[in-house]
Amino acid sequence: MAIEVNIKKKFESFTLDVSFREDSKRIGILGASGSGKSMTLRSIAGIVKPDSGMISLNGHTLYDSARHVNIKPQMRNAGYLFQNYALFPNMTVEENIAAGLRGSLAYNYPVVQRMIKKFSLQGLEKRLPGQLSGGQQQRVAIARIMAYAPDVILLDEPFSALDIYLKDKMQVELMSMLDDYDGTVIMVSHSRDEIYRFSERLLIIDEGKVTNHGLTKDIFASPGTKSAAMLTGCKNFSKVEVMDSHRVNALDWGIQLRFEKEVPAGTHYIGYRAHHFLPVWGDRPENAVRFSLYSRAELQFETNYYVKPEKPDFSMECLISWFVQRDVAKDIRENGMPDYLQFREDDVLFLR
Amino acid sequence: MAELLSSLDWSPLWISLKTGIVATVICFFLGVFTAWKVMNINAKAKAVIDGILTLPMVLPPTVAGFFLLLIFSRRRPLGMFLWDNFNIKVIQSWMGCVVAASVIAFPLMYRNARAAFELVDRDLINAGRTLGMSEYDIFRRVMLPCASPGILSGAVLTFARALGEYGATSMLAGNIPGKTATISQRIAMVMMDQDYITAGIWVLIVVAIAFVLMLLMSRISAKK
Repeated sequence: MAIEVNIKKKFESFTLDVSFREDSKRIGILGASGSGKSMTLRSIAGIVKPDSGMISLNGHTLYDSARHVNIKPQMRNAGYLFQNYALFPNMTVEENIAAGLRGSLAYNYPVVQRMIKKFSLQGLEKRLPGQLSGGQQQRVAIARIMAYAPDVILLDEPFSALDIYLKDKMQVELMSMLDDYDGTVIMVSHSRDEIYRFSERLLIIDEGKVTNHGLTKDIFASPGTKSAAMLTGCKNFSKVEVMDSHRVNALDWGIQLRFEKEVPAGTHYIGYRAHHFLPVWGDRPENAVRFSLYSRAELQFETNYYVKPEKPDFSMECLISWFVQRDVAKDIRENGMPDYLQFREDDVLFLR
Repeated sequence: MAELLSSLDWSPLWISLKTGIVATVICFFLGVFTAWKVMNINAKAKAVIDGILTLPMVLPPTVAGFFLLLIFSRRRPLGMFLWDNFNIKVIQSWMGCVVAASVIAFPLMYRNARAAFELVDRDLINAGRTLGMSEYDIFRRVMLPCASPGILSGAVLTFARALGEYGATSMLAGNIPGKTATISQRIAMVMMDQDYITAGIWVLIVVAIAFVLMLLMSRISAKK
């Protein structure tokens, strides 16, 4: 079981040039909007034709420009979950589920019934999609795909059309719905939470190119580039000047950082996640920045501080975002604002 | 008045209605099918074909009539072929009314069907494809039902246009009482005799029909 993609396609604003091979059954593709991640998914499904290259799934060639092979989407056996679900508005729930099956609705009744039960759509069989909630629509769309028994399921931003409450619920629900699905699932998203929860292996696509490819956890731990780090949710970046193999000058924060391990060659930026700062009261520790408060936003479960590092030439880009959760919030209430924010070496991202 | 109505020759009404219905049926199938096929060709060819198929709507009907006369004249290949093999005479016959009305009204059907199809969410079509539905299946089970309000209002407009066709019809089919004399032609003819009463009756009938059709249109668009 493997999917192999190596395609090029020119668009007005950018060129898609994506190449990867993946054996995992749960693959995530993370990218900003307009990065080409949806186009990649559409090319696999066959509803967009690349300019050149090849796509193969489990050893079957789906597309190969050199050999003039371009299997019709109808023959690719790839289920596609569209952002807006693309349920046929003129068909009832059961007609939608049976849409991809050969033969009449009566003939397919057993399969349809099984899907209705599996996705708890009982009582909604005769409804039209317009009469369903967002969550129900998504279940129908997945039931329709599952009834079709595809070799691969392609999820295109599956939660973008849902409100926040439903989003969390549906993420869990979708995972369990896909639990007993044996084929490959590829999910495209710009949301790091969705991707982190779902995918075992991850690709990051930026401006039409694959910038990272590997285990999801590894990529989140060391994204390698600034753009990838941003996509994984890192909020703080500083341009650095490498002093020697263990020390850098973080220009935007006006401090020097010293590391036990060697600074990787080619490091131009370092990144630091807003949750990872250690507040320090009293004497200056190593690898810490002195700051003044810029703004404070109370969120539901945490507080987001923006702080100004102490340095002569301040600009907005230098602002540091710091998330404070309940336990530290208590310390701050008791002791006032800390004097320093400390960087922990293990949490520092070295970026190109 | 009663005397006037009873002595009125009603044949133009039936000729117009018959012509309108037959032309609408022809335009409906041809227009919907062409619109579907044109949707899937590349943008450049689409623009050219669109232009050609819309031409009858922007040309003066007499110019269309001129071309139709050229094409269907019995001294020319197509006219000769139709007459020799099928005994079909287009010029100076009811068939001519139908041909003229169909040609003039076709762009209305085609353009409305095209617009209605373009409005169908592309991802519905893509979803059908990834679910293994054939292109024809997608057309029949997804696109037609989704586009039906637009297609129906196109059909109503087509009927209205076909019903009132004058220019091309008078050139191709002539104005033969009881055979090719449509309402529009009858109005023009009686007005030449300053017969305002008869013309007025026909005008009222046409206005009434037009009103009913527009009522139908708004009912259809309300369903959207």
